[in-house]
Amino acid sequence: MGRIQLNQVQKKFGDVEVIPPLDLEINDGEFVVFVGPSGCGKSTLLRLIAGLEDTTAGHIEIDGDDATMLPPAKRGLAMVFQSYALYPHMSVRKNIAFPMRMAKIPQEEQDRRISSAAKALNLTDYLDRRPGQLSGGQRQRVAIGRAIVREPAAFLFDEPLSNLDAALRVGMRMEISELHKKLATTMVYVTHDQVEAMTMADKIVVLHAGVIEQVGSPLELYRNPRNLFVAGFIGSPKMNFVEGPEAAKHDAQTIGIRPEHIDVSTTEGTWQGTVGVAEHLGSDTFIHIHGIPGCDPMTVRASGEMSVVHGDTVYLTPRADQIHRFDAQGLRIG
Amino acid sequence: MATQQSRSAARLMMAPAVILLLGWMLVPLIMTLWFSFRKYLPLRGGDQGWVGLENYARFISSSSFWPAVQTTLIIVGGVLIITVAFGIVLALLLDQPMWGQGVVRILVIAPFFVMPTVSALVWKNMFMDPVNGILAHLWKFFGAEPVQWLSQESLQSIVMIVSWQWLPFATLILLTAVQSLDSEQLEAAEMDGAPFLKRFWFIILPHLSRAITIVILIQTIFLLSIFAEIFVTTGGAFGTRTLTYLIFQRVLESQNVGLGSAGGVYAIILANIVALFLMRIVGKNLDT
Ligand SMILES: Nc1ncnc2c1ncn2[C@@H]1O[C@H](COP(=O)(O)OP(=O)(O)OP(=O)(O)O)[C@@H](O)[C@H]1O
Ligand SMILES: [Mg+2]
Repeated sequence: MGRIQLNQVQKKFGDVEVIPPLDLEINDGEFVVFVGPSGCGKSTLLRLIAGLEDTTAGHIEIDGDDATMLPPAKRGLAMVFQSYALYPHMSVRKNIAFPMRMAKIPQEEQDRRISSAAKALNLTDYLDRRPGQLSGGQRQRVAIGRAIVREPAAFLFDEPLSNLDAALRVGMRMEISELHKKLATTMVYVTHDQVEAMTMADKIVVLHAGVIEQVGSPLELYRNPRNLFVAGFIGSPKMNFVEGPEAAKHDAQTIGIRPEHIDVSTTEGTWQGTVGVAEHLGSDTFIHIHGIPGCDPMTVRASGEMSVVHGDTVYLTPRADQIHRFDAQGLRIG
Repeated sequence: MATQQSRSAARLMMAPAVILLLGWMLVPLIMTLWFSFRKYLPLRGGDQGWVGLENYARFISSSSFWPAVQTTLIIVGGVLIITVAFGIVLALLLDQPMWGQGVVRILVIAPFFVMPTVSALVWKNMFMDPVNGILAHLWKFFGAEPVQWLSQESLQSIVMIVSWQWLPFATLILLTAVQSLDSEQLEAAEMDGAPFLKRFWFIILPHLSRAITIVILIQTIFLLSIFAEIFVTTGGAFGTRTLTYLIFQRVLESQNVGLGSAGGVYAIILANIVALFLMRIVGKNLDT
């Protein structure tokens, strides 16, 4: 079981309110991702759940019991840190065994759990090495192994992949997702990378300056962003925002169109502009177009075959059913 | 990479310093060895020629030799244990955020700047004096009989004085080590269910092991040759005669340079045995 509930949880460092009172519910077995820009309070929120920081006000419930005052060890949660936080003077085996040793689990049971975790994480050959003799990805797996063997009610991850290179990141992303499917344990995952959030999450929590902007499934957030911040944060490349007369035509202060929802043509269309930079990725081409009223530059996603160069004139047509409208407060209309 | 030319130029330029240093160390060492094989009594006939190993035999068979070695080892060992143990505690305390941290840290370091002679005098006259000392007043305040520190508890007193001098050094080195510990490791251990004492034992202490090794090695070098503290307080009486002090007495008080030199060579051997021993136990911490 791993149901976590935050009721009016608030955190202040001195006079600075990092997290204004917020409510959040994390259901058993869910993969929840906290995402937001740097410094928005993601780690702080995770550490509040872990018990590594005291709440200034509010209550945290784990499986229906008030855990606000419980020390971290008593909450039954396991955490994987950004720096992995392995114990450098212990072998991989001892690192993984450490939480079980603290819990005084019998030796045979420890050995059984270690070997099954090592098998699941491809660590069997490295059990007698020190963390210093492992690669970044292997260290990451040791950190996850140390969390798994405790059989926690929920896993907490704080940007676990940010120290890995891009290729390894994609691999580990899949491994963590698969682990979640296999264990079916609640996971709370912090990242500032919206791609990680979109690909892994059952539920995304978008944070901005300590405030929850929106909670929902990845596609919900993609299709129906509640405000300008979420609209701009979710999706890559970023959504284009158009202001002024063009937006007024749609009875909105701002309209937003995703780059993949704009058709490009060299002959005709709603808006006319000139090509700035064209990024050719092979499968797609991202074109930055200047000269569109109310939005400069506008990014569009064209197919990889589209061959335009700097200075070409192009015509853009947004798909009418994919236009997001926002009012003066930045909130979604309709 | 240095070229052939720049390397030979470097060698040439370093030569004066190297030669000076070599001379600095080698000349006294060779002189000590030389005198240790001669009968040399400056006030009673001067240099009277070769005596072979007689000085060595006399020094080691003197009734004060083994007690002096023992005293030396007790002082070194005692001071090491006290400074490392209290150094760790102080380092952990000083690492906590607190009001006036900077001032407190300077105060803790202060004893290190006091000359050994001065600190020994201060301890002897202000703290340990059985009539006027602060400790005597304290004992009287609680209705106890003041302790005659330097005559009854002489060895402990000297260990205390020397520890007081070396504690700042140990604390300072250990503090930098404590500060370099990744706080996420401690948090991970906390989440893994380790209470403070276990965190200390399994995480903090292994992290400090290298710094502790350095403290022990450096202090041992200096502690083997402490002199002023003994000279000022007990003058080698009441079982506080270390090997260094014994050599001093042989050379200056009995005016026997040959015998003292032989003692000097024994001191070198003792220092090497201690160093070897320490390297064996703690030195392995340095390679990991
Ligand atoms: N111990 C602290 N004392 C004071 N302020 C803090 C403390 N820890 C964090 N903060 C502040 O709280 C805010 C949120 O920090 P937090 O570490 O939660 O950000 P984050 O969302 O995890 O960012 P990142 O993606 O860079 O890790 C920041 O503005 C930070 O300066
Ligand atoms: Mg963070």
